[in-house]
Amino acid sequence: MRDVAKLALDTAVARGATYTDARVVAIQSRSLTTKSGRVGHSSESDSLGIGIRAIVDGAWGFAATANLSHHAVEATAARAVAIARASAFVKREKVRLAPEPPATADWTTPIRIDPFTTSIEQNLDLLFKADAEMRAVSGVTLTETGMNFVREESWFLSSQSADIHQTKYSTGAGYTAYAFAGSEIQKRSYPNSFGGQWQNRGYELIEEMKLVENARRVGEEAVALHTADQCPEGEFTLILDGSQLGLQIHESIGHPIELDRVLGMEANFAGTSFLTLDKLNHLRYGSELVNAVADARPEHGPGLGTFAYDDEGVAAQCTPIISAGRFTGYLSSRETAHTIGAARSGGTVRAEGWNRLPMIRMTNVSLLPGETPLTLDQLIADTDHGIYMETNKSWSIDDKRYNFQFGCEIGWEIKNGKRTRMLKNPSYSGITTEFWNALDAICSRQDWVIWGTPNCGKGQPQQVMGTGHGASPSRFRKIKVGSAYKS
Amino acid sequence: MLTQEQAVELFSRIRRLSSADEVEVLFSGARFALTRFANNAIHQNVEDENCIASIRTNFDGRSARAAVNQFDDATLKRAVETSEKFARVQEKDPDLLPMPTPEEAAIASDRDRPARFLEETAAITPAERAESVRQIVALADRHKLTTAGIYSTAQSLESVFNSRGLAEWHTQTLAEISITMLAGDSSGWQKLNSPDVRKLNPLQLAETAARKAVDSTHPRELPPGKYTVILEPSAALDIVGFMFWDFGGTAILDQRSFLNDRIGIKLFGDNINIWDDASHPLQAGSPFDGEGMRRRRVQLVENGIVKRVVYARGTVAKMKRSEFANKIGPIEATGHGFPLPNEIGEMPLNIVVGGSDRPRTIDQMIASTERGLLVTRLWYIREVDPYEKILTGMTRDGTFLIENGRLKNGVRNFRFNQSLISMLSNVEALGAPVRACGEESFDMVVPPMKVREFNFTEVTKF
Repeated sequence: MRDVAKLALDTAVARGATYTDARVVAIQSRSLTTKSGRVGHSSESDSLGIGIRAIVDGAWGFAATANLSHHAVEATAARAVAIARASAFVKREKVRLAPEPPATADWTTPIRIDPFTTSIEQNLDLLFKADAEMRAVSGVTLTETGMNFVREESWFLSSQSADIHQTKYSTGAGYTAYAFAGSEIQKRSYPNSFGGQWQNRGYELIEEMKLVENARRVGEEAVALHTADQCPEGEFTLILDGSQLGLQIHESIGHPIELDRVLGMEANFAGTSFLTLDKLNHLRYGSELVNAVADARPEHGPGLGTFAYDDEGVAAQCTPIISAGRFTGYLSSRETAHTIGAARSGGTVRAEGWNRLPMIRMTNVSLLPGETPLTLDQLIADTDHGIYMETNKSWSIDDKRYNFQFGCEIGWEIKNGKRTRMLKNPSYSGITTEFWNALDAICSRQDWVIWGTPNCGKGQPQQVMGTGHGASPSRFRKIKVGSAYKS
Repeated sequence: MLTQEQAVELFSRIRRLSSADEVEVLFSGARFALTRFANNAIHQNVEDENCIASIRTNFDGRSARAAVNQFDDATLKRAVETSEKFARVQEKDPDLLPMPTPEEAAIASDRDRPARFLEETAAITPAERAESVRQIVALADRHKLTTAGIYSTAQSLESVFNSRGLAEWHTQTLAEISITMLAGDSSGWQKLNSPDVRKLNPLQLAETAARKAVDSTHPRELPPGKYTVILEPSAALDIVGFMFWDFGGTAILDQRSFLNDRIGIKLFGDNINIWDDASHPLQAGSPFDGEGMRRRRVQLVENGIVKRVVYARGTVAKMKRSEFANKIGPIEATGHGFPLPNEIGEMPLNIVVGGSDRPRTIDQMIASTERGLLVTRLWYIREVDPYEKILTGMTRDGTFLIENGRLKNGVRNFRFNQSLISMLSNVEALGAPVRACGEESFDMVVPPMKVREFNFTEVTKF
């Protein structure tokens, strides 16, 4: 595959490219689902192709093809150059790439069990067992389970002599029990909603999930929600579980710190950001307890944003995003680094497959755990009156990332340090910086998990990317609760 | 792009590689190009070509799929073996039907298929897209605005071949332009697509987006509450589109549809009429579904009454023997299934929302409004409650206060939490349906709507 990529580089340079890189990518994926005790779908897919970037006259062009014949690769590289020439027709400034020492590397996600070596019988057997546990609960009307594996092997070469071979694995699984009765549909999911938990790991992640052990409880909670009280409306102390907090981080820290959004490059679709350049190192983003990083390094953990090199050949890094509550960093690329005075890209450029343009994406944007030992039980015991919410059900935020509203699957009222009555349809809303400044407690390392968001959409054409978010349960004061159901 | 002759030859090769009872291959592919601009310059400019063969094998009630984008013998053989291996290990599904024959898939009174492949669209070059972007940027410069957006062109194919002789083939083109105009504290937006590039007028779209940005500068903050709103077609389709996942037989059987126990009753206002029609002249897409069944025209809502839902052929028998069979309307295959095997079943994807006998223009709707809001676009819509169909989301890129029949000024953007059932019961006026597109739902034919008591619960900072 290196020869294919090298041919693309040689062709683009010969045609006039002042910089070019090529990514040959082979993706294998397995997807299995069950629904109410039957197979929903079972499939595998393979996709192979090359994507070529070229700079000509200071402007970008990109072309991609699945045809890796000599002739097709030459033609596609020539096409990238021709497209770049068209881009140069409407440009304001020449593209400036931050310097990056060319790397030669070979890296594979550390995994214990290659998921593709497990049999489909083994996979389905586990899903069916969890499915049966949920359906054993009277009142459960629909059950869905799913399991997914992805293996992505890539060869990245650039005209600046980078030569990087990476193989990344990601694994995910989860399930949902639904209960329809009267005029309500309630649901509970495990370990998380919208596909469950995902990490860059092998089948060992599935084995550690305790899928079967938790299925009965999940079914029972879905049914119990029908007789639970409606979550009240008002201002409350709020405790969020780690998975919901992971999505809160994703939407109200991860997206606004994307430097391409800040610079207006996403204005037509994903939107812009309230984090204008003047706010760097000045804005009080959150309370002093808030420390957030964007960390793609393997030592941060096996999040969906973990790698050795990004998709423009920059080594994985850890960027402090919020330091003791102060806003300190953006997600950047080689092209945007100069706009914040950085000498080097933050290494956050990623692409969905071979046929999409690499762009700034979240890596693992994580809220660091509290330094004082604190478990969830201790946090609840320390709370006189509040609401504890678990597992996302709905999420929405405006196009500058100020106003958000989240719904959760389930809540409980906390009274005098104890979890009391169950609450259905819990939701909360707020303004990003006001919310993070209201944080007054974070559970410590033992409750910290890197949650996976496998479905983050961005870009035109839209690309779907997996991102990681380390989080432990946290408490927020004076949060607006319940307005989603205000009629 | 794969030709029909090449696809026929590929299907023959794949069929010879398989020992399954039945074999089906879906070919899907596209040559796609997109020029993206921001800050009054082109910053991304891409083109790609890909084609996927998705192979399904059946063994006596067992079915599975494997997909590849390389068509050498070794890759195809491996894909066939994977599909067969995945199918063989499953329990037999008594509801899995044999693959459809051409006779079963056809519609007796098949209407003329509108031409959806236009050479003029397929022939657009990067230089031509760049020239259009240059004109959009020049218009932005004249208004002292910053512009961002896309101009894309695509040619695509969808096809279904099966070992019972079915062979369906569809090609089409699509051109799309989306433009945002940004002022210091306001913005405007327009988006449109069509199989025929000649039906898009980039400068007209740019001028409308620019006018919205200019007219909404210095937006005022209004309190949240219930307002009469005029939803432009893109805003109307983006919120209405969220309910059509529930208009399928499988959604009813799964009891995850808001239509459970509500079919045949008057759920919306008298003026709401909705149907699905893949042959509508303003629609796009293929005339067959994921099994190759021809898509039929289906009246979903008539004078506010939900009349029926759509069906994949495999859902029909399950529905007929279900507890819902006598309260669900006509039960027959309508050609709306997704490729098998799947857990979703079916969905209408060629929605037409009817207008009024006396359609009102947006200007007429504004003139008849004492106090209300004009909404250009909705954003980040998500379902809060699946049975009452409460949706949340934001307004974006051009929200205006209307007072005494005139646009008065721009307003800061709102968050809404609105039941779709209530909304479609409160439609005071409808315009003429047009082809529209947004970002939150799929393209459809939809009129602008004037809706009373639209529920805004919060306001944001811009």
